[in-house]
Amino acid sequence: MTLDEFVKAFAAEFDDTPEETFKPETHYRELDEWGSLVALSIISMVDDEMDKRVTGADLRNCTTIEELYNLVESK
Amino acid sequence: MNNPFSLEGKTLLVTGSSSNIGRKIAIRCAEMGAKIIVVARDEERMKATVADLAGNGHQYYAVDLSNAESIANLAEVLPVLDGVVLCAARFDSTPVKNIKRELVQDMFNTNTFANFDLIQKLLKKKKINKGGSIVFISSVASMRPYKGNSLYSATKGAINSFSKVLATELGSQRIRVNCVHPGIVPRDGGVREGALTVEQQREEMAKFPLGMGETDDIAYASVYLLSDVSKWVTGIDLIVDGGQSLI
Repeated sequence: MTLDEFVKAFAAEFDDTPEETFKPETHYRELDEWGSLVALSIISMVDDEMDKRVTGADLRNCTTIEELYNLVESK
Repeated sequence: MNNPFSLEGKTLLVTGSSSNIGRKIAIRCAEMGAKIIVVARDEERMKATVADLAGNGHQYYAVDLSNAESIANLAEVLPVLDGVVLCAARFDSTPVKNIKRELVQDMFNTNTFANFDLIQKLLKKKKINKGGSIVFISSVASMRPYKGNSLYSATKGAINSFSKVLATELGSQRIRVNCVHPGIVPRDGGVREGALTVEQQREEMAKFPLGMGETDDIAYASVYLLSDVSKWVTGIDLIVDGGQSLI
């Protein structure tokens, strides 16, 4: 999965935040909609689409979507 | 001194007993004098569990309980039992909008259908003694909603309903059927990181009225339901959660 595709897939897990909000450099934990349910959705998206496991701690340790993408790719 | 909670002379089957709650149940029941039949998928871990059991005469079977044929074979070779503890289960935290049919089937196969199947086969083969006790390890998640738990809760909820009907059907044989509902307890060897970080899990557990529990709390509740002290107890939901479900 490319970074662009990841950003798209990441954005698709949100219901209210407009897609154009999401950029590689977006600080995702600062988004109003960010919360435990979205976090669970991201975890399951990464599992389904990339067959990789991210944890709650990973999501807390990364700031931008690109950082998270790089972390997932490195797993 | 006579111990009313003794399991001396009883043969018990414990599924999912290679780790955590199931393993601890096997250990405590063996300490109370029971002969344990350990059933799980992972042979090495099962051997380790058996090695930790007090007394002797324990057995283990490496069985994939998601396979109907394996369950039928197991029921065939098992001795007559005085108790069954159904602890094999898997957890999942996928939000509803991301669940897939395959995951639904997988969760129900492991947590629900395998248990229904095993009990049916044991009964058909008359492998549960009169006066025996069946204990389903359900979950407080079957009674309280937590985001992400839809499938886990639903698979356990089905167990709850099934167990009540089973209790009515087996009463005439004085076979008792009950559910234990554990709250979140740290795995043996410590909290493991998942969707929640270790600190988040510890913070959550610290909010329970009685704070953090341990696998022993669940094991001793099971000992109670397996022993003859609870001979007039059937169809109950024994919540062992440090008050988690109250908050």
